[in-house]
Amino acid sequence: MPAETLEFEEPIAVLLKEIDALTLLPRTDARDREIESLRRRIESVREELYRSLTPWQRVLVSRHPNRPGLHDYLDRLFRGFAEVHGDRRFADDHAIMAGFAEYRGQPVVVVGHVKGSDTKEKIFRNFGYARPEGYRKALRVMRIAEKFRRPIVVFVDTPAAYPGIESEERGVAEAIAVNLREMMLIDAPIVVIVSGEGGSGGALGIAVGDRVLMQEFAIYSVIPPEGCAAILWRDASKKVEAADALKLTAPDLLQAGAIDEIVREPIGGAHTNADAAARLLDEALARALTEISAVDSEVRLEKRYAKFRAMGRVGIDFVDESTA
Amino acid sequence: MPWFKKTRKPMAAPAGEKASRVPEGLWVKCPDCAQIIYNKDLTTNLNVCPKCAHHFRINATERLRMLLDGEWVEHDKDLVSTDPLKFTDTKPYKARLKASIESTGLKDAIIVASGAIDGQPAIVASMEYGFIGGSMGVVVGEKITRAIERAIDLRQPVIIVSCSGGARMMEGALSLMQMAKICGALARLDRARLPYISILTDPTTGGVTASFAMLGDLNIAEPKALIGFAGPRVIEQTIRQTLPEGFQRSEFLMEKGMVDLVVDRREMKAIVANALRFMGTARPAAAAAMAGVEPAVPIVVTEPASQA
Ligand SMILES: [Zn+2]
Repeated sequence: MPAETLEFEEPIAVLLKEIDALTLLPRTDARDREIESLRRRIESVREELYRSLTPWQRVLVSRHPNRPGLHDYLDRLFRGFAEVHGDRRFADDHAIMAGFAEYRGQPVVVVGHVKGSDTKEKIFRNFGYARPEGYRKALRVMRIAEKFRRPIVVFVDTPAAYPGIESEERGVAEAIAVNLREMMLIDAPIVVIVSGEGGSGGALGIAVGDRVLMQEFAIYSVIPPEGCAAILWRDASKKVEAADALKLTAPDLLQAGAIDEIVREPIGGAHTNADAAARLLDEALARALTEISAVDSEVRLEKRYAKFRAMGRVGIDFVDESTA
Repeated sequence: MPWFKKTRKPMAAPAGEKASRVPEGLWVKCPDCAQIIYNKDLTTNLNVCPKCAHHFRINATERLRMLLDGEWVEHDKDLVSTDPLKFTDTKPYKARLKASIESTGLKDAIIVASGAIDGQPAIVASMEYGFIGGSMGVVVGEKITRAIERAIDLRQPVIIVSCSGGARMMEGALSLMQMAKICGALARLDRARLPYISILTDPTTGGVTASFAMLGDLNIAEPKALIGFAGPRVIEQTIRQTLPEGFQRSEFLMEKGMVDLVVDRREMKAIVANALRFMGTARPAAAAAMAGVEPAVPIVVTEPASQA
């Protein structure tokens, strides 16, 4: 199976192999037409598959090695990215990047997780598992945005905050907690885009904002399905069941009121066409930024609070205190 | 009634596992020093081993009794989860909720109460480990948030006693979002210059640590409590080595600068009461006036006439 197809994309893999075999033969008009028709078949098979992905399949898509990440969107939607390193406390974390850029001619701050694309970069980026310094850097740079009244655009794509000794020693929990508190008060428009894996506290630690957008095949979860399966089923292989139960897909999150909007992806997922994914994101991001920037900061902050304040109301039977 | 009942050492238990508690029975064996203790002696000693000061886990009500003077008023007692995800693992979440409601007499993993600590009015939220591992779902999130908002309205301090395995898996991302919701409310409490004391007890992990438990004006831990973000087993699996002795225990966190003090349960109320007296709840302007200085805000800036 070609490396870039997922396990459930087997029918596509088979067709790709056929194309590969044909391209090795001498070119003829008939063969070209055959290849062309195979390509069209792939498109229709893909469309069919992606129309009804299961939650677990979405987990796989959200983690796809070719899924566009921060760099891809920086290249396509932003100009002149100037990275800012370090938390001025301990180190520069490579799993979270932050810096200044221009978006549609406007200066903005960009913050986001980076998982890395090749093996070398993945190791450098710690596979997107941020340490405390990453969260502290993120807040530091967001404070700069606040000071100079620039909007903040956040990209979320991480399996989790790094679960290691040094991460605990240097207070990853405190770093995330402080961000949750302070991001609620940062006086600058904040748009959050969950673009890949929204891995629990490690994701949320930079994901408090006025608008939370989520790409169609991204996930956002309190725990990875594998971890949930290991704890509740006592069997990590029940990850498919856990993915179902956790309601971690974009439509689920929208229904629960935990996100504001779903951003469409090209058929077959963002990884099949980064340009198209970027165009779709661009439209949603521009609209969100325009809307929240038009509001007075006091109103915007009040709305930000009210949005998160309302989360979970669907899960409670309210009982009036006076009758309790 | 058994004369002896084996207790497990209080340590990280995954959410859903039964909490180790002071066992029922006339005599108890301390899991730390093996001392045989008369159960009544243990109770009068706030469930701390008289010989080695091992802290047995206590429930949310005992915790309130320990902190508050006499009576208290409970808030939002009847908020109950509606199982928003219709979650089922090996059994339905609804059944787990029902079992916990029956065994603890609570509707969810927290009690919020108004009372007084050494004569000072305060709002205390106390987590119940016996209710699905003290996990935080929407009810815990909502009750803590309401507690904080009530404290802002009444200008009272907030004390939260954490005892939790973290966010509740069975309520999915909604549980996760409670972290942001509570921290947002704490931001307002903070800017209103009202005291927030976080008491961390065994265990405090996951999304509870990574939100309100770490944000106290004072973070006070009970001795040897397990406190961390990732669970020890997850860390061991990640780094493929055994963890050092005492890792993620209260004393370790204090040494690393994450916890302000480690306090024996028998001293806890006095320490909290003192801290509250130090902090006070006066409005900033009133506090400044009392101290004999001009209030810092509002400052009236007079523009130089030439620029007008
Ligand atoms: Zn003992």
